[in-house]
Amino acid sequence: MSTGRKYLLQNVAPYGGERTTVLLADGVIAAIGTDVTDDDATIIDGRGLVLLPGLVDLHTHLREPGREDAETIRTGTRAAALGGFTAVHAMANTTPTQDTAGVVEQVWSLGREAGWADVHPIGAVTVGLEGERLAELGAMAESKAQVRVFSDDGKCVHDPVLMRRALEYVKAFDGVVAQHAQEPRLTEGAQMHEGIVSAELGLAGWPAVAEEAIIARDVLLAEHVGSRLHVCHLSTAGSVEIIRWAKSRGIDVTAEVTPHHLILTDELARGYDPTFKVNPPLRTQRDVEAVRAGLADGTIDIVATDHAPHTREDKDCEWAAAAFGMTGLETALSVVQETMVDTGRLTWADVARVLSETPARIGRVSDHGRPIAVGEPANLVLVDPAARRVINPDEQATKSGNSPFRGRDLSGCVVATFLRGRATVMGGASCDEDVVARA
Amino acid sequence: MKHLLSTGSLSHKQAVRILDTAGQMAATQAREIKKLPTLRGRTVVNLFFEDSTRTRISFETAAKRLSADVINFSAKGSSVSKGESLKDTALTLQAMGADAVVIRHHASGAPHTLAHSGWTNGAVINAGDGTHQHPTQALLDAYTLRRHLTGGGDPSGRDLAGLRVAIVGDVLHSRVARSNVQLLHTLGADVTLVAPPTLLPVGVEAWPAEVSYHLDEVIDTKPDAIMMLRVQRERMSSSGGGFFPSPLEYTRGYGLDARRLAAMPDHAIVLHPGPMNRGLEISADAADSPRAVIVEQVANGVAVRMAVLYLLLSGNESNETKVDA
Repeated sequence: MSTGRKYLLQNVAPYGGERTTVLLADGVIAAIGTDVTDDDATIIDGRGLVLLPGLVDLHTHLREPGREDAETIRTGTRAAALGGFTAVHAMANTTPTQDTAGVVEQVWSLGREAGWADVHPIGAVTVGLEGERLAELGAMAESKAQVRVFSDDGKCVHDPVLMRRALEYVKAFDGVVAQHAQEPRLTEGAQMHEGIVSAELGLAGWPAVAEEAIIARDVLLAEHVGSRLHVCHLSTAGSVEIIRWAKSRGIDVTAEVTPHHLILTDELARGYDPTFKVNPPLRTQRDVEAVRAGLADGTIDIVATDHAPHTREDKDCEWAAAAFGMTGLETALSVVQETMVDTGRLTWADVARVLSETPARIGRVSDHGRPIAVGEPANLVLVDPAARRVINPDEQATKSGNSPFRGRDLSGCVVATFLRGRATVMGGASCDEDVVARA
Repeated sequence: MKHLLSTGSLSHKQAVRILDTAGQMAATQAREIKKLPTLRGRTVVNLFFEDSTRTRISFETAAKRLSADVINFSAKGSSVSKGESLKDTALTLQAMGADAVVIRHHASGAPHTLAHSGWTNGAVINAGDGTHQHPTQALLDAYTLRRHLTGGGDPSGRDLAGLRVAIVGDVLHSRVARSNVQLLHTLGADVTLVAPPTLLPVGVEAWPAEVSYHLDEVIDTKPDAIMMLRVQRERMSSSGGGFFPSPLEYTRGYGLDARRLAAMPDHAIVLHPGPMNRGLEISADAADSPRAVIVEQVANGVAVRMAVLYLLLSGNESNETKVDA
């Protein structure tokens, strides 16, 4: 596992706190202290840099197998590493669908071969995401991929009986159902958030209630059967209220928000640029404010990217014909810093919680999201919070160019990422591909 | 800027200028020789992804009366996959040297995408996109209103200040309604939208218009004009079991019949963008009454489209009469 190479991170600030020096050796954090030195280690001058546990994304679309023209496990995880992630959960809506042990094991092993970040496949809840019968959840849980998160993301498990069964069934192996909350009948043909902008643009509306109604039903189902529920990409003020209520009742529910729902609004649809077409859709400024508040007060547990790469031909067309989704792995941390840290609503320790520790816990990933402490796996990211950069999707590692932040100036950048003590990113650039893959 | 995509971006001055120009165009159409040499050598492409014989013929007539070459391109029914078709078609037309592209498309925003994509250098004229806009329809409606309701004589230079217009029917799916609300507001008219609540969009409260669910109450307020929107038959059977319970119930609540026509002020006129569903949103009595200006709307459509083509294609960039929308 280890390359034998050692790194001495001098004068770094774990969680943005007191400066210290951290030695990485043999894949673990070997020593921490202002007086730590090592003559053989590569020295990194960490003045001004924040050290966080490697980020964990609970919601990534890697597109392989099936749509390798949009992204591959290799390009997607390289993008992840550049974004500071050391583990990603690969969504199940591939072709073939990740609904059998065979497919999830393939995705898991392709991730291992690539070496940029650990890939934890998410299993489909239903066969082919069709919403008709349960996929072999147990087989996926027991496979080498050890699937713990199950989702039909892209589609909602809308049948209440099927959802109830899924919630119950995954208890046997401590799994969680991650729901894409979208009432299908209320969103037939939906193109964007239903409101003032959709009324003017003549685009079919995706009402907030279509998300909130499913979340409300699901938290009650989870309470009834005593199961664990995770809500994907929560996007409305009403959803935040429902989750807050559910948690106050002691329901075992967690919720995620995407970076784009923390910063972008439906006003961006006015130019009919399909880069801003995403599901759930960009909402209003009031919703943006509500999800920020929900993330700040802990109602929303985590930030997950919903990184959704699409080819140019799927976005270079009229709005209605375009695919839903936007990339996010390489901008997530910057958006969180800009919207939550720079505004004083989250500390860097909170960032570690929402982007690493809690997503790892929800996904039951034991070796990520760990404390920065001696003996822990050296899955870490070094961030320069003072940097500013202009986003250019053409220069990103993801294979697709559908970043909504093109030309936008964002806070902060990832300086280095370490996966089990090995640098996947150094000086803000990816390390040598062969070295990464061999390790 | 050199396109006509939406009435929302027309200034008061630009809108009046188009109507005035349309008046000049209409005057030429009373002559024995109707054809003007203005756009000789220019090419206008009618790019229709959706059937609309009436609108296409109107644009075609307008372009030909200005001596432009006209190419009709119907993309409907071809097997081109979604998305690519618009881009590839646009690139093809660009290669053929289209000076203006008149586009009708089923997707809201497609003309906007075409105009801003770099796929064509030509002027883009929106001839109806999805449920978004149909600006030349609104302009011809405004032209018709101005001719009848602003005091007689040459109406040049006038707007529609103080006129009260009711727009009745399927506002939710209507690009005609959206275009008219914005343009009539710009020209100073007061608009009331009348529809069952299921046929009004969420968000309509932000529009510069009043909203009513009751046609009889609105007629009692003595509007100067009433504009009936087409109700498509498929709206009765779609998602959720239809937008209203039955055609009969719709007609009872929102149809314009002889009784309602009689309740309107003597000077009030009736408009309909066509094609009409006689017996559903409008009765034969109303459609054929002397107060209906529906056939005249069609004739005015040619003059308005001539004006738009003329203003977009014949001026130079610094010309202040340029339509900047």
